[in-house]
Amino acid sequence: MPELLDPTIIALYVFILACFIGYWVVWGVTPSLHTPLVALTNAISGIVLIGALLVAGDPEAGLLTQLLGFLAVLLASINVFGGFLVTHRMLSMFKKKR
Amino acid sequence: MELSVNHQALAYLAAAVLFILGLKGLTHPATARRGNLYAMLGMVIAIAATLLGAQVQSYGFIIAGIAIGAVIGAVVAVRIQMTAMPQLVAALHSFVGMAAVLVGIGTFLERSASGGLDALLMSEISAGVVIGAITFTGSVIAFGKLQGLIGGAPVRFAGQHLLNALIVLATVALAVHFALTGSLLSLLLMTLLALLLGFTLIIPIGGADMPVIISMLNSYSGWAAAATGFTLHNNLLIIVGALVGCSGAILSFIMCRAMNRSILNVVFGGFGSSGGGGGESAGAQAAERGVKSAAVEDAVYWMEDAARVIVVPGYGMAVAQAQHALKELMQQLEGRGVEVRFAIHPVAGRMPGHMNVLLAEADIPYENVQEMDEINPDFPGTDVVLVVGANDVVNPAAREDASSPIYGMPILEAGRARQVYFLKRSMRPGYSGVDNLLFYQDNTSLIFGDAKDTIEAINAALKGGGH
Repeated sequence: MPELLDPTIIALYVFILACFIGYWVVWGVTPSLHTPLVALTNAISGIVLIGALLVAGDPEAGLLTQLLGFLAVLLASINVFGGFLVTHRMLSMFKKKR
Repeated sequence: MELSVNHQALAYLAAAVLFILGLKGLTHPATARRGNLYAMLGMVIAIAATLLGAQVQSYGFIIAGIAIGAVIGAVVAVRIQMTAMPQLVAALHSFVGMAAVLVGIGTFLERSASGGLDALLMSEISAGVVIGAITFTGSVIAFGKLQGLIGGAPVRFAGQHLLNALIVLATVALAVHFALTGSLLSLLLMTLLALLLGFTLIIPIGGADMPVIISMLNSYSGWAAAATGFTLHNNLLIIVGALVGCSGAILSFIMCRAMNRSILNVVFGGFGSSGGGGGESAGAQAAERGVKSAAVEDAVYWMEDAARVIVVPGYGMAVAQAQHALKELMQQLEGRGVEVRFAIHPVAGRMPGHMNVLLAEADIPYENVQEMDEINPDFPGTDVVLVVGANDVVNPAAREDASSPIYGMPILEAGRARQVYFLKRSMRPGYSGVDNLLFYQDNTSLIFGDAKDTIEAINAALKGGGH
């Protein structure tokens, strides 16, 4: 039986490679869209919602834990909905010359 | 229907790709809206895949949380004024931070009930909770400064760095203790100290360094999400966290470079305005110091016969809400065959790209708005430059005076134009507290008053046929 790779090592691979992708993609963003970039990254960092769903959706964890989860779901949802909508609103304003 | 772990992971992969394409869309305004839609789709897939997975078994709290969050988020997003965007972003960053803290503590409680805690997991929980907590209080302070609830001036006291160092040491010690023993008390104390650290790190930083701070907190919120991903062994959180973390870090770097300062210099000291400007009228002060002040009519006279005009907006434009009046000015001048462009310095305003959004809000086409490096060579061939609420970013001291604190900062070369008009409220220097050498140049005049009122007066004069 070969030794199994620790899942944390795989997570580290994913993390480092994703940093490289982020580095190259974000340098390509035009400076005029830096505010929408902040708003959009803000919206997608609402992805912690997924962690919150796991905590809030586990009935065996006890009421206190589920309440913490509920609060986290609420906050992350504000981010997701608020972030995407405000990004959309901003981007709709960037117009070409008529 | 219940998704298997493998199917869920595939869905997460699709979501990650959509997020990357979403960010990529921001390369150009023409593709940006599609990019945002990609990212939204990615989020929908990620949430659906999580809800359908085996780990989520009860939905009451989830539905309630998402419903309330969606309503609050939507209402705020629709109502928020574009000038208040930096505040909104700071508030949203704080939510990500707090959510990461709650998820970290919640995961600890969940696992300690079901077993399956080990030192590695608890170290990962510590990382997520600490970064999240710093992001939370840091963003709350940033929000307070931007909203004017806390004074924007830097708050400094003796032993500040020593205090921060002590808090960091204590936090690390508690994290180690927590990882080794699983003590809930250590986790909670560590969280409290990290919250305190967010406060003590951001409170000393002045309001005008906000573009860096917003970018930095943006970055932190990403790292908090990534740390949460390590805790939950969730690759999607890790990927998104890394993307956001990098994005914020790059923006911080760009902002620092545009001020010719290092990130350490911004975070740990440097300069900030201490107010200034006495009781004398602005005009009297100006005359005393050999600065010319001009009337609206002078600016109109020069602009209506100009071939090229460049407007340099700064934070003062946002404060005066002058962007719509500027749009009208642009139309008036274009109607007379004058070419009008807007020159944007990277740190103009309170967050990266702040000016661009305000000009876009006023319906000014993005082709007319240019970045510093692009437009700098054109100033010598420009007839009139109108500086609206900007100051340090056009100060030639950055180029000529080696003793100036802003020496070396790249500037918009407004002074090379034939005629420069500054719209200013008073003779107060910019946030750096440095006197603007451009005021004393022969080709420069100051028009005192509210920027919006002044531009409206110019518009009225142009409409009336000028001279």
